Amino acid sequence: MPEHIRPGGQARTPVTTETAAVRTGLIALALVFLALFLVLPVIVVFVEALGKGVSFYLATFTDPDARAAIRLTLIVAAIAVPLNMIFGIAASWAIAKFEFQGKSLLITLIDLPFSISPVVSGLIYVLLFGAQGYFGPWLKGHGIEVIFALPGIVLATIFVTFPFVARELIPLMQEQGNTDEEAALTLGAGGLRTFLTVTLPNIRWGLLYGVLLCNARAMGEFGAVSVVSGHIRGLTNTMPLHVEILYNEYNFAAAFAMASLLTLLAVITLVAKTLLEMHYGEALARAPRV
Amino acid sequence: MRSKQLSALPGFGLTLGYTLFYLGVIVLLPLAALVAQAAGLGLGGIWAVATEERVLAALRTSFGLAFAAALVDSLFGLVIAWVLTRYQFPGRRLLDAAVDLPFALPTAVAGISLATLYAPTGWIGGILAEFGIQVAFTPAGIFVALVFVALPFTVRTVQPLIAEIDRGVEEVSATLGANRWQTIRRVLIPMLTPALLTGFALAFARSVSEYGSVIFIAGNLPYVSEIAPVLIVIKLEEFNYPGATAIAVIMLAIAFVVLFTINVIQAWSRRRLGHA
Repeated sequence: MPEHIRPGGQARTPVTTETAAVRTGLIALALVFLALFLVLPVIVVFVEALGKGVSFYLATFTDPDARAAIRLTLIVAAIAVPLNMIFGIAASWAIAKFEFQGKSLLITLIDLPFSISPVVSGLIYVLLFGAQGYFGPWLKGHGIEVIFALPGIVLATIFVTFPFVARELIPLMQEQGNTDEEAALTLGAGGLRTFLTVTLPNIRWGLLYGVLLCNARAMGEFGAVSVVSGHIRGLTNTMPLHVEILYNEYNFAAAFAMASLLTLLAVITLVAKTLLEMHYGEALARAPRV
Repeated sequence: MRSKQLSALPGFGLTLGYTLFYLGVIVLLPLAALVAQAAGLGLGGIWAVATEERVLAALRTSFGLAFAAALVDSLFGLVIAWVLTRYQFPGRRLLDAAVDLPFALPTAVAGISLATLYAPTGWIGGILAEFGIQVAFTPAGIFVALVFVALPFTVRTVQPLIAEIDRGVEEVSATLGANRWQTIRRVLIPMLTPALLTGFALAFARSVSEYGSVIFIAGNLPYVSEIAPVLIVIKLEEFNYPGATAIAVIMLAIAFVVLFTINVIQAWSRRRLGHA
């Protein structure tokens, strides 16, 4: 902010800010803290990944187990993200466009997975579908594998990413109200057409925002997936789990190579998120997101 | 549930029906399994697990370090939010975006990266080792990981409130003779207290439940650097479902009590200070 300049040319600190020395000190403190805790870990990932040279780095991705892990992560995200997206749209339509009893309870329940430990998120599916779980014996009798197989990994991923799209769309659609849709209906459009041509364009940036965050978490989830996956190399290892296995085998360069892909995903997600907030901030929900 | 205020829009039954169905299958049914398993154990069964030496030690480690990390994050979160909102300096936008990094970075990646950084051979761990301080593979390592994962919660909770503060209030305080420090202490901090408490609660909840980033840097020594979620995983690997359930329920119960207490303090501070 501009400082008031006295005729003598000496800067005077306005009453609503701190002295220059305090400001510099606080900025330095914030910078050092963020550098130590946020920036250095990201740099370390790439330094360690490329420590044995670019050719070694690229060679780690030709390993069949690494490829299987990447493929599994993509498959899981490709199932979990669209399902949560459809749910998010349906839930926000019902909650934002209509009044009914128990609405706030419903919103609380939708947010519930965010307040549950990743490990417990995996545990609850083991209790249901595990060997000694409630449905375990029945599933075994019918030859269906859920835990230590793809369905369990998908279910745990859906659970931990459950609220992302809904909690972005609900406040956004509440802010936008019903008038646009009502106008479309008056003009003779059907329900589906109203949604596709009126609602969807209104919420598209918010939807993209929610899907981005949902996808980042879906591809990066560790705790919940770790509990239900069984860590079978080449079969039930997602990328984060493969990072763990390589790291525990002291194969650090390969572990960090796989980690570098996930870090890139995180950085791209953050850049896209920041760009969306900068350019389409008006089209996103104003409610604070934490 | 029926739509009370008649809306002209179609699709209420379909969307609400699907919402309830999906919520029921994905969230409520599995959580019901946890409740059923816990009910089967009874209070006595849960208490028996809770008082195992190793479980007690893990709970102490988890909740104690989560509390410390949330406290440090609240303090630095306030400073960072203040700097990002009030001051102009080159790279401010970049820094603002970087605050969300712990949200976006997979926890396993954060875990191996922090473990490498703070190991005795690492960039920071090497410097600390010269002073005889070891961070990785000790409780201090857990603390570092928790400070990392929970930081965005405190920054992002306080930041919008700092942006909303009416500068006029600060000017009034100054014209009434308060120096800057008095204005901060008597006017600004009380205005931000509810948000600081919310941020603390969110950071604490996240820290207690964190698993991925901690296990790599913790060393996971029983009685020393073992957190409660690790014990849940160990019990599950032994197919000890009741034991795992008991620890999960105890963690949820303690976390609930702490969050409830913070909510009460928050309500009290709002009433007392008269801020919304």
